[in-house]
Parts: sequence; structure tokens; C-alpha cells
Amino acid sequence: MTGDTNVGRQETAAPAIELRGISKAFGSVQANKDISIKVARGTIHGIIGENGAGKSTLMSILYGFYRADAGEILIHGRPTQIPDSQAAIRAGIGMVFQHFKLVNTFTVLENVILGAEDGPLLRPSLSKARKVLQDLARDYELDVDPDALVEDLSVGHQQRVEILKALYRQADILILDEPTGVLTPDEADHLFRILRGLKDQGKTIIIITHKLREIMEITDTVSVMRRGQMTATVKTAETSPEQLAELMVGRKVLLDVAKTPATPGRTILEVKGLRVRDEHGVERVKGIDLHIRAGEILGIAGVAGNGQSELIEVLGGIMKGSGTVLLNGEPLDLSGRASDAESRREKGVAHVPEDRQHLGMILDFTAWENLAFGYQGDPAYHRNAILMDNDAMMQEALGKMERFDVRPPIPTLQGKSFSGGNQQKIILAREIERNPDLLLVGQPTRGVDIGAIEFIHKRIVELRDAGKAVLLVSVELDEIMSLSDRIAVMFDGRIMGERDPDQTNERELGLLMAGVDNETAA
Amino acid sequence: MTKLPVWADVVLVPLISLLLAGAISALVILGIGGSPWEALTTMVDGALGSPYAWGYTLYYATSFIFTGLAVTVAFHAAMFNIGGEGQAQLGGLGVALACLFIPWPHWSLALLGAATGAALFGAAWAMIPAWMQAKRGSHIVITTIMFNYIGAALIIYLLVYVLRPVGQMDPATANFPPSTHLPTLNQIPGLNLIFTKKVPANVSLFVALIACYLVWVLLWRTQLGYELRAFGKSQEAAKYAGISGTKIIMVSMLISGALAGLMSINNVMGESGRLLQNSSEGAGFIGIAVALMGRNHPVGVLLAAILFGFLYQGGAELGLWTSIPIELRTVVQGLVILFTGALDQMVRMMLGLVFRPARKLEAA
Repeated sequence: MTGDTNVGRQETAAPAIELRGISKAFGSVQANKDISIKVARGTIHGIIGENGAGKSTLMSILYGFYRADAGEILIHGRPTQIPDSQAAIRAGIGMVFQHFKLVNTFTVLENVILGAEDGPLLRPSLSKARKVLQDLARDYELDVDPDALVEDLSVGHQQRVEILKALYRQADILILDEPTGVLTPDEADHLFRILRGLKDQGKTIIIITHKLREIMEITDTVSVMRRGQMTATVKTAETSPEQLAELMVGRKVLLDVAKTPATPGRTILEVKGLRVRDEHGVERVKGIDLHIRAGEILGIAGVAGNGQSELIEVLGGIMKGSGTVLLNGEPLDLSGRASDAESRREKGVAHVPEDRQHLGMILDFTAWENLAFGYQGDPAYHRNAILMDNDAMMQEALGKMERFDVRPPIPTLQGKSFSGGNQQKIILAREIERNPDLLLVGQPTRGVDIGAIEFIHKRIVELRDAGKAVLLVSVELDEIMSLSDRIAVMFDGRIMGERDPDQTNERELGLLMAGVDNETAA
Repeated sequence: MTKLPVWADVVLVPLISLLLAGAISALVILGIGGSPWEALTTMVDGALGSPYAWGYTLYYATSFIFTGLAVTVAFHAAMFNIGGEGQAQLGGLGVALACLFIPWPHWSLALLGAATGAALFGAAWAMIPAWMQAKRGSHIVITTIMFNYIGAALIIYLLVYVLRPVGQMDPATANFPPSTHLPTLNQIPGLNLIFTKKVPANVSLFVALIACYLVWVLLWRTQLGYELRAFGKSQEAAKYAGISGTKIIMVSMLISGALAGLMSINNVMGESGRLLQNSSEGAGFIGIAVALMGRNHPVGVLLAAILFGFLYQGGAELGLWTSIPIELRTVVQGLVILFTGALDQMVRMMLGLVFRPARKLEAA
């Protein structure tokens, strides 16, 4: 339907993509080492690996962002040079990035033709695109209102626009980087239906992910990367999540969290009638009551955007709110002078924010600077009344990086040089080692690889076992269910109900997350 | 884009940008019928060729160090302080008041007092835009520009109606008393062996050098500097870390204004010995270029200030000794700012192409 008559079409035996001996180094870091892989036409091929394993580098080489130091790329059997993304598009490769590259204030149609206009006048391109979009919507369930502004679309729809962009450019090889990272379970299911439809039409799809469940569900073949090398390529039907996890990490991985039953003590946090308005005056938290005791993890489940972020931010001193919050029996200031994050830390609240790159750290700061972030007033970091003690901060950073297995353990590297998992370990090291009474954790393992997830979960449980209170907010239901001692479900700024993780299931929680209270309904 | 090695980024990029600016300047000089070679030798001779020439270059550089540091401090807090001109002129008022109305027994005490006055007045002039930014969200670029004009008008009013001695024709204050005269380099024991003729560069130069060091300490060795840089990189993250945005905006702008004001101890107190209108003579704006070229680092600011001192002094020499008009120095400065500030990404990209194959060989 794309009218694509790529030369490779005749050589049906040739794989859609073949990489031979691809190597790429950044300075002393070998990001890709002698990688060879064949992706058969008309299949869905998964590439998994921990953060920093070299998946993204490999795909960037394929899409022309980087040039390989050595190696060959064959598209449909023909050696192809891909010096830039234009060449990749000409070769029939389309890429859907993890962070969408859309103009928010343009309509869907305008975004689709952006960079692929047929001439100086937009109208012919727009009407052509409208027609193509209609066909695509019909064929693949890819329906999006072509005249909607991108900023008004949900994340799932924005992703469809990205896919439409690639298809409009006649891509027959589609690369998706962590496509479900931002999607709700429903949206992910829809995406998978779309991808299966595309596969049935002969498109080749490469999915980069670290979620094993998705790999098992959607792919035909899966390649595992570890430390820049391709460690295995296996048929999905012939493998198991445990085996893949082991291949990724290089050792056996516990996919479930090992923890003993909680032994809750006194109440540490008590929240009564908490309300939070955002900067537009919209009420996001509409009267919440909850409590957490010492030695207990309270998990907040919910679809993103139902007030969980605001709840954690008001407790962390980033947003203002109203109501009553008692910490160790003492009221917290929710809107006055002592409602800032510094005052919260002084009272023993530590906060691992949901958005680690924008809130939790300064990407341009070094690791040792980031490991003191938020605690820069601590006398231990000061030589005297005027000067900070950079040596002491450096020493402490070395210890924290070692204890939390931050890789590479180099305190002088900038925050942005670390992978997502290691950034998260830096933040956790900083917050947990403060030995707080209450730890607020938002999306602790979002975008974090399996090896690190296991580590992070273990540390959170350890803090609980040390008699601290933990408030966990996560959109990953698996995570909530395996970590929490109690689960509260939030919907539309309210708590829909509380459940015992051992006596509930995903279906029940899913209904609560959708705002259906099955107890009252029954 | 290929990432350049640090040395290429810090040394090569500004150097090539400068050469490009020089080349275009040469074309302009050719175009107006002058000789680029003659211009170059005149400038080098007149600005760097003798201790006497250096005495002028360093005098200008001193002013540019102060205004460059002013822009640097604000920049690290993501505040673009365009108001150096106004803050420097108000600083001049602080110097004049301190020198005229307080009887100082010795120049060193006078320097201390005048520096305090300069810093206070400069800071005060930066405070209003800072407050409007912090509390009302009025954009600092717009308000500081406006305050340059208000400041200039205020100074002219004060010079004409308030501070002008009776019977004097020009809008200026009376001459400062002799006890406030700062030693110039040729009056300092030891240095007088090098600087044998009277030069305008004075002890303010050493104050400027100390200011460079203190700004470095402030930014990279104090909690305030840490918070200021964190706020400058991400206001959201700063909030998470409990850093008050209002405090950082106010404090960074006050320090910035104080530094801009401090330049007046060099020109108003050290050189003219009285306050004239438009005392800053564009140094506030040049500070922006100096900070840009100096990568907002005190060492870079020091080097860039000397370069601009050279351009300023050398340009003046052009007007004196050649048929090339003095206005050309503005053209050359403009080109230097264009290439080092606005177009250095272009140079970096070109260098990236040069470094790419080199890296490939290393890897092979």
C-alpha cells in the first residue's frame, strides 16, 4: 500500500536488516562491540538489554545518528550507507522514539507532513496526507483525529502520530524505542494490535524494551544485549522470562521481591482531608485520608494523572496544599513558610521524585554534587561558615556509589552520563542513606533495567525492615503488588479503596483504578 | 555532532572564531581603502607594544573584568543581566558621593569607602528588576534594559541640577579631593620601573583580580554558589532541593549589580576623578561579550577582558595614526562578538568534522 518497490523485494530470502560486525566506541567506552544480527522480513524482533547495554546506540547507528566505527549494514540484502536520518528514511526505516518528536502546537496532519512536504504550498500535501491517514486508520486501527492539536492528544495517541509519520514516509522497517514506557495497560494492548496488523502486512518491526512481559507477548524473535555485545538471539516461543533475564544481567535474577511480612509499629504519617490545587487552580487531590506506620510500605496504585504525583509532591514540599498532615504526631506546614522541601528534609522526610531527571538531580552537575543535592546545607558538607567541603562530599560520594553499586563509580562524571538505572541509584543512595522516617518514592523503577530493579526493590524493603515508613507511588501494578504491604488505589484525586496485596488481584485493582468500586457495586 | 576534546573546545574554538572575526575585519578595512596589515600593526603596537600601551589596555580590561563578572554571576543563575550599563553608572554615583562628601585621610580608605558605595548603588539598581522578576515574573532582560535608560537619565538630572558645582558649564561633579586619587601603575613602587610614563591603569586592576578569585570561590566553593548554579540549571529541581527561587534571583542579581557598579572605582575614581555623564561608555554591554567569550568562568572572563581591552585601545590608536576612522573599532568588536558569541557553534561544527576522522583512526 505504500507503493514501495525496494530492490530488496525480489530477494525475498534476504533479511530486512542485517548488521555485520558493528562496533562503536565513545572515548574509552565500547558501546557496541562486533554486533551481528539478522532481522527477518515480516517479523517482530525484540531487542532487550539493561540500560547502557548498547541498544540505543545500535539503533542510533541504524537510524544515522551515529556512524559505526566498523561494520556493515545491509538492508534487504544490499549494503547500505546510513550517514544521516534522511538516508535511513530513504532506506525505508522509520523510528518511533521514546520521547516523541512532535510539534505540540501543530495538528496531527501538520506533524505528519512536517519535513515530508511535496512542495512550497501546504494544501496539496495536507489533503494527500489526509487521504493516506484515512487508509492507515482503517487498515491498522491507527485512528487519530487528523485536525486535533498534538498537545490535546493522550500519550497513546501521540505515539500513534509518530507511527503514522513513519508510515507516511513509506517505512517498511519500524523501530520502536521503549514504546510502552508511557502507556497505560490498555493503550499498550492497542499498540500491540496495531503492530500485529503491520506485521501481517509484511512490515518488519524492531522493538527495544526491557520489559520481559512485552517481549514474550509480542515478539517472534528476541536478541539480548549485554555490555555492548549481542549475547543471544532466540525464538521467543522457545525461551522464558527467567532465561531472558539471566541472559540480560548475566546471572540469575529474582523477578519477585523477597520480603517477610510487615511488622508495623507506631503511626508515622497521618493524612486527613488533604487537598491540593495545581497552578491552574484545578483541584488534583480532593480530600485524602491515609496513614502509614513504621515498618510498612503503602503502595498507591492508579492510572497516571489521578493525583498521585500531587500527593507525593505536597508531602515532599514541592506543592502547597490544605488539610492536616501529621508526621510523628506533629503537624506539617502545608502552605506557609515551612512548607518547602528543605523543611521537610529537616523533619525526616526523604523524597525520590517521579521525574528523576527534571526534579531529582541536576543533569549537568557531577555525581558528587548530585549526591548532596537537597542536603547542601548539611554541616558535614561545610569546611567553615563560608566554604563547602568538596573533598568531604567527594569522599562520601565514593562510599555511596560503592554501596549502591552505581556504575561507573566515578564521582566526577556528570549526572547525564549515567544510565537511567544508575541515576536512580544515585538518588536512592542520597535519600535512603539519610535514614529518613518517611521515604516518598515515585516510580522507583521507571525506565530502569532489571538488574537495577531488583537492587532498588531490595533497598526499599530494607528501609522498611529498619522500621521506617515508605509511601510508594507507581503506575506499574506488578511493582505495587509485590512491594506494598497495603495498597491504596487513587482515582480522580480520591482514594477509591484500600486492599491487602495478598487478597486482591490485578482485575480488582484495575476496576478501582478505573473508578469502579466493586464493593459498593456488588 | 562529534563531541570535541576539552582543549579544542576551550582553546581552539575561541581562537578560530577570533581569526575569522579578524579576517572579516581585514576585508572591511580593505573595503574602505585601508591597509589591514597597517591596521593590525598599529593596533598591536598601540595596545601591546610597550608598557605604556599596556597601561591603557589594562585600564580598559579592568572595567571589562568587573562587568564581565557581573554578567557571569547572573548567568549561572539563568538571569541575563543586560543592565550592566545602568548599574555601572549608578555605581559611579556611589563613588562620587563617597569621594565628595566624606573626608578620607588616605586613598586606601577612600578606595574601600568608594568601592562600598559603588557596590551598594550598583546592587540597588539591580534590585528593582530582580524583585520584579522574582515576584511578578517581569522578564529580567526587558527590565534591566529599561533601567539602563532610567539610570542614565537619573544621572544626567543629578549632574545638571544637583551635583554640578555653581558656575561650572559641563554636567559633571566637582573634582574629587586629592586624597581620593588612586595610585596608577606608574606610581606603585616596583611597577614604576616597568611603567615609566603615566598610564590610566590603577590599583583597581588588583581589586578586579581579587574579584575574579572571589567569584570563582562563590560559584564553586560555597553553598550559595551551589544553589545558584542548581537554580540556573533547573528551577524545578531547585525547588525539589528546597532552594528558594526568590532568594537566588535576588541574591544573584544583587551580586551582579554590585560587580557592575564596582567598575566605577576604575574609571570614575581611578581615571577621571569626577563623575561625568555616560561614565560607563558601553563597558556594561561589552561585559556581556566578555562573559560569553569567557564561557562564564572567571579565568575566561579575565582573558576575554584583556582581549577586549586590546581591541578598545588598539581601535583608538587606529583613529589616531591611520586614516581608518575610530568607529571601525566598533565594527571589529561587533565581529568578535558575532563570531565568539553567536557563531561559535558554527566553528564547533566545522571542528567536529575535522575531529571525526581523527577519532576513527584512534579507534581502529
